[in-house]
Amino acid sequence: MRLTQGTFSFLDDFTDEQIEAQIRYALDHGWAMSVEYTDDPHPRNSYWEMWGMPMFDLPVSDARVVLREVRACREAQPEHYVKLTAYDPSRGRQTTALSFLVQRPSREPGFRLDRTEAHDRVIRYQLHPYAADNPEGRRYEQNGSSR
Amino acid sequence: MTPTPFATTETTATATAPGTRTTEKKDRWASGVAPYAEMGYFNADYEPKDTDILCAFRITPQPGVDPVEAAAAVAGESSTATWTVVWTDRLTDHESYQAKAYEVAEVPGREGEYIAKIAYDIDLFEEGSIANLTSSIIGNVFGFKALRALRLEDMRIPPQYVKTFQGPPHGIVMEREYLDKFGRPLLGATVKPKLGLSAKNYGRVVFEALRGGLDFTKDDENINSQPFMRWRDRYLYAIEGVSRAAAASGEVKGHYMNVTAATMEDMYERAEFAKELGSVIIMMDLTVGYTAMQSMSKWARRNGMILHLHRAGHGTYTRQKAHGVSFRVIAKWCRLLGVDHIHAGTVVGKLEGDPSMIKGYYDTLRENFVPENPENGIYFDQDWAWLPAVMPVASGGIHAGQMHQLLRYLGEDVILQFGGGTIGHPMGIGAGATANRVAVEAMIQARNEGRDYFQEGPDILAEAAKGCPELNAALQVWKDVTFDFQSTDTPDYVVTPTLA
Repeated sequence: MRLTQGTFSFLDDFTDEQIEAQIRYALDHGWAMSVEYTDDPHPRNSYWEMWGMPMFDLPVSDARVVLREVRACREAQPEHYVKLTAYDPSRGRQTTALSFLVQRPSREPGFRLDRTEAHDRVIRYQLHPYAADNPEGRRYEQNGSSR
Repeated sequence: MTPTPFATTETTATATAPGTRTTEKKDRWASGVAPYAEMGYFNADYEPKDTDILCAFRITPQPGVDPVEAAAAVAGESSTATWTVVWTDRLTDHESYQAKAYEVAEVPGREGEYIAKIAYDIDLFEEGSIANLTSSIIGNVFGFKALRALRLEDMRIPPQYVKTFQGPPHGIVMEREYLDKFGRPLLGATVKPKLGLSAKNYGRVVFEALRGGLDFTKDDENINSQPFMRWRDRYLYAIEGVSRAAAASGEVKGHYMNVTAATMEDMYERAEFAKELGSVIIMMDLTVGYTAMQSMSKWARRNGMILHLHRAGHGTYTRQKAHGVSFRVIAKWCRLLGVDHIHAGTVVGKLEGDPSMIKGYYDTLRENFVPENPENGIYFDQDWAWLPAVMPVASGGIHAGQMHQLLRYLGEDVILQFGGGTIGHPMGIGAGATANRVAVEAMIQARNEGRDYFQEGPDILAEAAKGCPELNAALQVWKDVTFDFQSTDTPDYVVTPTLA
């Protein structure tokens, strides 16, 4: 299973050069950038762990600074999902402008769909990340040994 | 440009059209028939107040009818006037209730057509009621005999009136956060064939298209609850497809469940069932009417449901240049009454849409302040006072090979709906969806990297297709498909731009 959250998940995973080009685009718009990671990829998991504070006010020439944070987060969390987010604070937006994955765990087991039959042919659906069966921090162990 | 004001002359415009009044000047309150302009419905010196509702009408008077008198008649009949003097006006502060035509200008290059600007006092309208606003503004005047044709081109809704409306149940920002989808156009497809599929077969299309990479699938406007597929069965199978696709992708997915029905009670019943099933979105058709739409909007806000509007039927009154209501006005009404999505044209697809006019519609739906701009058909500054924005939907005859054009003309906050362009793919529905998703992501990547994506679009798509046989097949099948017809509704002020 390939998690397809984020702006570019249907393309091949970006190289660092490609990531840097996107960072430059975001910084050029004055957007704040932040790195987030998680081992709970449920689509309703709105709050991934923040890898430090959002980086405000970086000039385009500091794209490398952001890339360094991406690399540092990957090193610290080699089997987590990591995403890079650009935030547009301008009036009327005040929301995420761009958000894409920059790391995936080596194995992505995906989601189980649980169905509960209710009244009158209604079915209740529950989306369950297989990885969430394990406690936080032990969900995607290296070499796919967890599942 | 302004013709001689009719009200100052004794004998002008002895209107020759049958049934028009005599124009001898007389006492304002004498019984009988008086010219509208003389009764105060035309006033070239009137300075519109910030709180006035302003309208730009395109009027085509009958031969011999003075355009100023025609404009005054429109102002009169859309506010206080009737065909004869009534003494009961004098029980009111009648001058403040009279609409006032304050400018009448010939349309360049369109003989016999004039743009009349008319101001209405805000007190003429019920707060937060599109039904009342439209009954006043377009309720009576469009059949007026002294006019050959009449078109409402634009309206300025003052913030004081804007703020009496709920507006979109969620708006673009909340919708994107709810869906967790940023930085690219959203992708959809209308299930085809639109008539005849059984509920189970229908859900198959939903599942394949969503799993293949689309964000949304959609009921078509005329899919309601026919004998071959009742609404409840369709919802049940559609949500199975939505849920399966969400599990296969880890993304939020949706199917616009059409709740259009014969009565409001039926619509609420269907909407409640969609909610019970966990659908993130429902839709309705413009044909249900303004009051029904406004009711559904309030329901959608209360129930956290994204609300999509299919503008079914609008072409009957929006398309002709000289008569009807411009779509930019319909777009304004719909932003006020509150929808999250509305179909607003494709530029390159199969349905009517001149590029600069469509820019005007998209700006009207998405921007907070839209300045007067005749090139885009915008006649007045419009301040939305931070009313949330509506996501425009581009649907009808578009395909992956046009992605660079779609992004250039329509921008990023848009839903691109590829119905035939998904389901008609030679490798299947899922492949069609994948082709569209890869095309949009590749185009966004290229744009963000600083490439001239509009000029290099075909190359960018060809490169992306090397690693994606689905996109390659789509580009081969639809490479020559264009719908290059003359637009009927174009701005009057500039040469219409071409697509290429």
